[in-house]
Amino acid sequence: MSELRNILADTVDRLLTDLVERPTLESAEGGDWPQDLWHGLTDAGLTQPLVPEDQGGVGAAWGDAFEVLHAAGRHAAPVPLAETIVAGWLLSRSGMEVPQGAMTLAPVRPDERLSLTTNNTLDGAARRVPWGGQARHIVALAQADDGLRVVRIEGGSAAVEDGENMARETRSDLNFDATPVAEATPAGDGITAETIWHLGAMVRSAQMAGALARLLADSVAYANDRVQFGRPIGKFQAIQQQLAELAGESAAAAAAAEAAFHAADRGAAEFEIAAAKIRAGEAAGIGARIAHQVHGAIGFTYEHHLHYLTRRLWSWRSEFGSERHWAERLGRAVAGRGADALWGDVTAR
Amino acid sequence: MQSFRFEPCELPPAAEALRQEVRDFLAETLPDYPAVKRAESWAGFDPDFSRKLGARGWIGMTWPADYGGGGRSFFERYVVLEELLAAGAPVGAHWVADRQSGPLLLRYGSEEQRRRLLPPIIRGESYFGIGMSEPDSGSDLASIRTRADKVDGGWVVNGAKVWTSNAHQAHYLIALFRSDPKAEERHAGMSQFLVDLKNTEGLTVRPIRNLAGEEHFNEVVFEDAFVPDDMLVGNAGDGWKQVVSELAFERSGPERYLSSYQLIVELIREASQAPGESHAVAIGRLVARLSTLRQMSLSVAGKLQAGDDPALEASVVKDLGNSFEQSIPQIVHELSDSEPSMDGDGDFSQVQAYLTQVTPSFSLRGGTREILRGIIARGLGLR
Ligand SMILES: Cc1cc2nc3c(=O)[nH]c(=O)nc-3n(C[C@H](O)[C@H](O)[C@H](O)COP(=O)(O)OP(=O)(O)OC[C@H]3O[C@@H](n4cnc5c(N)ncnc54)[C@H](O)[C@@H]3O)c2cc1C
Repeated sequence: MSELRNILADTVDRLLTDLVERPTLESAEGGDWPQDLWHGLTDAGLTQPLVPEDQGGVGAAWGDAFEVLHAAGRHAAPVPLAETIVAGWLLSRSGMEVPQGAMTLAPVRPDERLSLTTNNTLDGAARRVPWGGQARHIVALAQADDGLRVVRIEGGSAAVEDGENMARETRSDLNFDATPVAEATPAGDGITAETIWHLGAMVRSAQMAGALARLLADSVAYANDRVQFGRPIGKFQAIQQQLAELAGESAAAAAAAEAAFHAADRGAAEFEIAAAKIRAGEAAGIGARIAHQVHGAIGFTYEHHLHYLTRRLWSWRSEFGSERHWAERLGRAVAGRGADALWGDVTAR
Repeated sequence: MQSFRFEPCELPPAAEALRQEVRDFLAETLPDYPAVKRAESWAGFDPDFSRKLGARGWIGMTWPADYGGGGRSFFERYVVLEELLAAGAPVGAHWVADRQSGPLLLRYGSEEQRRRLLPPIIRGESYFGIGMSEPDSGSDLASIRTRADKVDGGWVVNGAKVWTSNAHQAHYLIALFRSDPKAEERHAGMSQFLVDLKNTEGLTVRPIRNLAGEEHFNEVVFEDAFVPDDMLVGNAGDGWKQVVSELAFERSGPERYLSSYQLIVELIREASQAPGESHAVAIGRLVARLSTLRQMSLSVAGKLQAGDDPALEASVVKDLGNSFEQSIPQIVHELSDSEPSMDGDGDFSQVQAYLTQVTPSFSLRGGTREILRGIIARGLGLR
């Protein structure tokens, strides 16, 4: 790992260990904005790792951002950190200034399109936007007459209907109806109408890998601690075998996700992103099952913190495309290139 | 607790440059090689092919030039291996010698043994087998009973090895015997020996047909078989330590996730370039797992190159890889209602039939799933 990456990884882990405690998680589920947590992240420069230094960011790469998002997943940080990082990248990539404050993205579903009118207002609906009602800014991709625009809208200027995912993270339906935009610029190099979809899948795979790493650590600790039949349950082979499987799944999710972030630093990353979302999503299902089995009834209570991770995993594996969605895409792309192209494509990664 | 982080690893340009060379060589050497033969993967035995590889310098690639080795990096070797496996090349003859016997001799063998045994391996002419398992000792390798008793000028061996792959076609076995009957500790009193499979009196090799009708593994019986002193590998009594390090070589390579690769290729061919939805989804899932395993396997190669000991990571990749290899015939079965058969019409049917039969062995050979998970659990601090 590079020096910068190490520093980022250490900083974010220390910060989140301090700032994401039980009361924060609980009140965030009640709809409160975790002010201290967000401030801490902002002050440490962790909300804009990808923005160049001369624009007030850290000047890091996607490979570095992986560390930040893996940590966010590990700690179940109840803030739109991933969304803010992607939004900041879209803005700076398109030559726009990156404002302070939490940001989110729209649209976050592949079948939705927003349009920018000639008087610089936005029309269309975006459902299930993460923290859509709470974010200070919404960064959207919108179709203008003459091409794709990256658009910034002040939070609060669209009609909002709040909902939540299984982890009770806010997911809001936004309605834009001649909504004034703060700024709009032609989309920067390499940005297409699908970019939010792709990067969204990528950041969720890193968060899932983080949550899985934590499931593993917590489950191992619990297995060494909980005593039944006169010994720690971790001494039972049936438990050991399951935790070994969880270790493999967690490692696979991280490897797949990290590969996608590295590919994003090199250019087109659709193949790796699809693989990462599929593999991390599969691992999420298996990992959550094993962690709950090992924890017994206590892990099924609201009191225990396990569900902050497992409910996120169940939600995140569906957001920005399920395994099935990405598998169908990837499968069509692979088949379209023919059986004999596969190995060359896999090794070109 | 070990966190099992698989650092991404990028292949250096020298290794990538080699890739095209290997592809050209394979296109030239195996132009019409049948799909069902490719599906044999590293079980395919072809001395001619091994000699051709040797002539290219692609056996013993990382070994010191002093012994005729290529002195190349682990990355270059990795590229050659993965290209050979993806193409389903018949690498079985020299595979064990290249993967573990040679490295074992480099680490523990005598100077004389290296000078004598390594050059023919490198030329693709000398093949090795692994004599570990016995009728009553599988996963519990430390319980072996075959004994080597010290006599003047050598050792007299009695007992039997079993499941010994290629013993009927190989030149040497590196075998683990009990050499000190008085040793009290379970892991003590064992030693590794070279056994000359072609010229040892009192040695009988009998092929054992596997469920697919093939003869790959064998029973090897020792009845007062004499093994000279200069065939002891390393120190008498160090057998266990040596075998453990040998097993790490055995588990670290791309062969641990690519053994069913040909069925993915044939599935894609069968699905056509415009597949139906369920085929597309299945292919996408398989390719996601495939490319993730490759990243992980490559990361293990990176650790080897850096001089680290990736034994634990290798166990993780082997466990995930074997499960992946075994899932492929199952997934293919769920997609199709035609019956796979070895005399079936077309490559797809034959490859599916072949792999359906042999995949159960993938999570047995080289350490069972349960044993690997036990090793991983130990790494997690549970044992
Ligand atoms: C195709 C093939 C090629 C082979 N080639 C060679 C070779 O060249 N040389 C060689 O020496 N050997 C070879 N083997 C043997 C291989 O190493 C053994 O099969 C393996 O070590 C398992 O031993 P076993 O088959 O006796 O099964 P056992 O050890 O009897 O195991 C049977 C089942 O019990 C489980 N089990 C055993 N112990 C435990 C435990 N402590 N905890 C939980 N579960 C347990 C196993 O996981 C397995 O599921 C080969 C095997 C195969 C299938």
